[in-house]
Amino acid sequence: MSSATTEETTHAAGHVPNLAHHFDTLEQQNFSAKLGMWVFLGTEILMFGGLFCLYAIFRHNHPAVFAFAAESYLNTTLGATNTIILITSSLTMAWGVRAAQLNQRRTLIVCLILTLMGAAGFMVVKTIEYRAKWNEHVWVGQWNKYNGYYDGKYAQAPPAQPGPPASALSPLPAAPPVVPHSGDANTGSDISKIQPRYIGPAGLAQPGASDQNQLTGDKEEQIAERYRDLSDKDQWRVSTFFSLYFLMTGLHGLHVLIGMGLISWLIYRSARGDFNSQWYTPVDLIGLYWHLVDLIWIFLFPLLYLIH
Amino acid sequence: MSTAPPTSPSFHAPHGDSTHSEAHVTSIRLLLTIYFILVFCTVLTYSVSRIDLGQFNIVAALAIAVFKASLVVLYFMHLRWDSPFNALAIITALMFVALFIALALMDSVNYQPLLKQTPSAIGP
Repeated sequence: MSSATTEETTHAAGHVPNLAHHFDTLEQQNFSAKLGMWVFLGTEILMFGGLFCLYAIFRHNHPAVFAFAAESYLNTTLGATNTIILITSSLTMAWGVRAAQLNQRRTLIVCLILTLMGAAGFMVVKTIEYRAKWNEHVWVGQWNKYNGYYDGKYAQAPPAQPGPPASALSPLPAAPPVVPHSGDANTGSDISKIQPRYIGPAGLAQPGASDQNQLTGDKEEQIAERYRDLSDKDQWRVSTFFSLYFLMTGLHGLHVLIGMGLISWLIYRSARGDFNSQWYTPVDLIGLYWHLVDLIWIFLFPLLYLIH
Repeated sequence: MSTAPPTSPSFHAPHGDSTHSEAHVTSIRLLLTIYFILVFCTVLTYSVSRIDLGQFNIVAALAIAVFKASLVVLYFMHLRWDSPFNALAIITALMFVALFIALALMDSVNYQPLLKQTPSAIGP
């Protein structure tokens, strides 16, 4: 590498690459960049802390709601898969930082690409999960069948006859006019109107239902049974769980998407040869960010998916 | 020019390789060890959740999550070899989150029984 003399002449000339003029040395520059990043990560933790606080209070006060909603609708296998995917991408990111430190440009690029693939895989699994929630009508607000404002027109199952599997998942047969959402959601009376509709004709009772219909019917029957066991108030609160679920996983998913953008940028820059063992601050900092995203998921997974 | 006195660089950075000399390089072996511990803990937290421990399910889940998070912070995020200032930043944030959740939860635990006695006051 560069001998001490060339290093000193470049310093003296004030032309150290990547060294901003208000820093004395690269070391000092990197130190303050990292400190700034850690402070930023602290604010990220505080932001998610608000949601975790909401979670703690809501779960403590209404444990039955959490047990019902999580066991009925959250797919633990997919959640665990995503945990492994994120941990693996964290490993490749840490490996990438190591490669940058050691001037291994090719390894760095491979590691970054693997990390990006992990992030994309996470989002694919997340999409599958969100899609399933949509099909089961447990999205948020008026798209959630447990919500007093549920509007069935967003959940139309097309034919009257038992159709393709997609419509079998739908709790609604092409329906009689829907409960208008102008009613007072807080009375709980809307729930009593919703309930029979989604237990109803799509289930086992439907004559001529296919095997697949029967399977989904079984599952829905079990869910409906557990739902009926909840107290009136807890029935109303089920949709709040999903608001919380989508808020927490959605904010986390947004971070994953931002991370994907940042990692792509890193891949571009490392392919251009911008980083070396002297200066790899962006790799370092985005690595820290990526590990934080992993860290938050480490808490989200048991708290949301493993409730009983 | 050779007349320029090299005092400034030699004062601030005794060795030319300034950034590199400070940065700790984690060995691949350590990275993989941490990775497999993390995967094992994920399997563990999944298995423990299958067993009914009553109140202790959440305690076990959180304990494992905290352990995993510590490994990520200390080794993947390098905090073990980093400046203590960085640790200070993150620990401060964590303490405030803990304080926030603990106080809010205490408040809620105290008032919830009262709210339950007067259902009409809180709506549903």
